[in-house]
Amino acid sequence: MVSPGSGAGALRARAETGVCVGAGQCARVAPALFDQHDDGTVRLLRADVPAEARDDLLLAVDLCPSGALGAEEPA
Amino acid sequence: MTSSPSAEPRSADGRPASFPIGRSCPFAPPDAYAAMREEAPLTKVAIPGGKEAWLVTRHADVRTALASPAASSDARHPAFPALGDGEQAVAADLRPFIRMDPPDHTRVRRMLVGEFTVKRVRAMRPAIEEICAEQVDHLLSRPAPADLVGDYANRVSTTVICRLLGVPTADLEFFRRVTTITGGRSSTAEQVGAALADLFALLDRLIDDKAADPQDDLISRLVTGPLARGEITRSSLLSQIGITLNAGHETSRNMIPLAALTLLRHPDQLDLLRADPGLWPAAVDELLRLLSVADVIPLRVATEDIELDGATIPAGDGFIALLAAADHDPRAFADPGELDITRSERHHVAFGYGVHQCVGQNLGRLELEVALRTLFDRVPTLRPAVPVEELPLRSASAIFGLEEVPVRW
Repeated sequence: MVSPGSGAGALRARAETGVCVGAGQCARVAPALFDQHDDGTVRLLRADVPAEARDDLLLAVDLCPSGALGAEEPA
Repeated sequence: MTSSPSAEPRSADGRPASFPIGRSCPFAPPDAYAAMREEAPLTKVAIPGGKEAWLVTRHADVRTALASPAASSDARHPAFPALGDGEQAVAADLRPFIRMDPPDHTRVRRMLVGEFTVKRVRAMRPAIEEICAEQVDHLLSRPAPADLVGDYANRVSTTVICRLLGVPTADLEFFRRVTTITGGRSSTAEQVGAALADLFALLDRLIDDKAADPQDDLISRLVTGPLARGEITRSSLLSQIGITLNAGHETSRNMIPLAALTLLRHPDQLDLLRADPGLWPAAVDELLRLLSVADVIPLRVATEDIELDGATIPAGDGFIALLAAADHDPRAFADPGELDITRSERHHVAFGYGVHQCVGQNLGRLELEVALRTLFDRVPTLRPAVPVEELPLRSASAIFGLEEVPVRW
């Protein structure tokens, strides 16, 4: 898990459709990274998140109410 | 859902203070929350019906508690901390999905959530702009002082939610009358019961109408989809439509006038918005945080011990995750009592947290933005007609609001 404000590089994003409750926070705050399927659940648009979108990903992870999103340092 | 005027965190004899606690100022949480939040992670209170429950007041703890799989929303649990006469019995009987646990909750929520995606809601903007413009026309057609609640906000929120669900225009006035009774301070329990029965009779008839002649609306899609496929019973479908209608209406009806008054009290912030309308979405979230009108909606029972930062909610106990207390926690928000539409913190919990976070939050945001923008663009001289201290609080309601807000222009 990566905490907000730490580091500055690219990240790897994770989204679990089965955990998602379709609140839509990720698609609202990080539309370049996340969309929603027709049933409302998360659709990951971009798993390799470049450094310039790092803060957007971390905000989406923080706001997600169901714990469906994750961010990791690339291996 | 009555409200106690007490602001004391504890009574003199050491017994738990009673809850709910009323607001002394419409624009801030109850005064007692700050002391509770500083003193301990959990505060035990006495709630209506002779029960006790824990209050969770810190932002991080509210998120932890509401995200826990051990936080049950099932109103059939004896410890469920209902705050109003009959609330628990009604919720246990009707089982709206806000008072269900997974997997039942997941199944119902999945039927609805596709209606409220960011994309679907964005497509509703022109219709909401048209509705708000019409209702400003209505407001301006009234002799001053007019009522920002009855002559604008209630009309906007009922029209938006009825159009989404597919309630015909011919039934709108009936629906407005019913919601005035069910949400009204002066209504008796009998009047509320009769009004709800009328509402459910209308929805029941609509289910037949939509089955026979489906339209492009939410009820039609539920009737021709999950109901026709036998994935939900007719009585459960009625409950889910009822809670969607009620939650979608009451929140916007209460937020629009409170938010408008808040901006009028902060002309510097209103000037920022007039100079840069791109700030409106951030302003809406800041108003949602500051006012947190759904404060006491998250009622839960811990089915196992829930560990917070420095305290444990014991298994079997009821608890209430206070959204307004969390959204005014100085650990999470700098100067939490200040309206600052440029603030960087965006993690407010005005829509709740966990699997029950508001399913209609994106519609709620859009509706609030368009209703406020239209109002301030069209009525630049808008001002309250009475001192704020004289505004009647809507304290007998699960969602905080004002009974009426007389305005001039």
